Amino acid sequence: MPVEHQPLLLVQGRNLITGLALPALLTDPDGGLLFFNEAAGVLLGRTFEEVGRLPREQWARQFGPFDEAGRPLATDHLPLANALREGRPAQGRFHVRMASNDDLREVEVSALPLLEPDRYEGALVVFWPVEAAASGTT
Amino acid sequence: MRVRFWGVRGSVAVPSGRMLGYGGNTSCVEVTLADGTEIILDAGTGIRELAAARTSHASSVQILLTHLHLDHIQGLLFFGPFFDPANEITVYGPPAPGPNLDQRLARYLSAPLSPVDLRELPAQVEFAPCPREEWEVGGARVQAATVAHRGVTLGYRITEGDTTLCYLPDHEPALGAPPLTEADPGWISGIGLADGATALIHDAQYTDDEYPNHVGWGHSRVSDAVDFALRADAQRLILFHHDPGHDDTTLDDLGRVAQASWERAGRDPATLSMAAEGTTLEL
Repeated sequence: MPVEHQPLLLVQGRNLITGLALPALLTDPDGGLLFFNEAAGVLLGRTFEEVGRLPREQWARQFGPFDEAGRPLATDHLPLANALREGRPAQGRFHVRMASNDDLREVEVSALPLLEPDRYEGALVVFWPVEAAASGTT
Repeated sequence: MRVRFWGVRGSVAVPSGRMLGYGGNTSCVEVTLADGTEIILDAGTGIRELAAARTSHASSVQILLTHLHLDHIQGLLFFGPFFDPANEITVYGPPAPGPNLDQRLARYLSAPLSPVDLRELPAQVEFAPCPREEWEVGGARVQAATVAHRGVTLGYRITEGDTTLCYLPDHEPALGAPPLTEADPGWISGIGLADGATALIHDAQYTDDEYPNHVGWGHSRVSDAVDFALRADAQRLILFHHDPGHDDTTLDDLGRVAQASWERAGRDPATLSMAAEGTTLEL
């Protein structure tokens, strides 16, 4: 099977977030999960090697977004969708489910579109547990 | 496909006697297709000699610029065919937001830095951002993609029949990445362009000892160029963009080291060479 070669912005994005202590992930232009880093793995309770690449619906079902009661949220106006649709950075808050114990955690999310002059290559998403942000710790 | 090297030096031209074995002109490579179509890769100072020696009477020329650093455009206004109104010349370059390619080139190629302005060229010249999708030039298919270097920089893949040339003169795929021997090949800069190429022309500006002091400058050490070519499964590797401080003796030594690595990986050492000005490859 031929290897799928990623465009430079995604390659550089992965190299960047691999060493980043902030939880972060990369998506393709459709919002499909391409990669998340070790810090995101700690927050989500699974490593990327365990999860692998997932279409948008599948990783949304597994990890979120959810409201505080654990009900799935429509993704159309959440940061990732806004970033990919409007080509601008977008922020928001919602809950994710930790795979290790099914607990919900509120996170702040910043999504940055990876935009070349004439097309999207995907998005880089950084997220942060709200309680850690409040206390200034990870 | 015939490939001729008119400039193999990186960064700045070096007209020194100690450098003339490999040549002192900056990046310029001429590709001639079976139907006579002429493609010129980069317009470093080597393009002046290309123009002077040019026997082709083709009135249509394609110049593919990888990026706009001076060592890749410095010879542009010394390309004689620009001064013949019968010629049609298309100059492709990297897309970027903001000013058009000709406006960006004109920052250097206009007064007070240049006696001739791009707008004064008699030939019919078109400046265009590289198409995103593969396009045809003569009998070849050409593909461009951005690669890891400082500033927006393209690499090229030119395929004619079952022959493919990949040109990555300024490239640092190891920057911030896992070791190239271990990295997931789908996540290595430039590898989609180089994949299975008949010949790969690749940046090898630094020795392994020099590289730690130049990480992030956008160029490769010799061992990374070899590892990249092996991961891409290129059949032939030509090391290019020689450092202006590397004289002929140094480049001879680097070539031997690279060939030894190539051979240890099971490759024929004769299929790895150091690019040298004036040499020709028939692919």
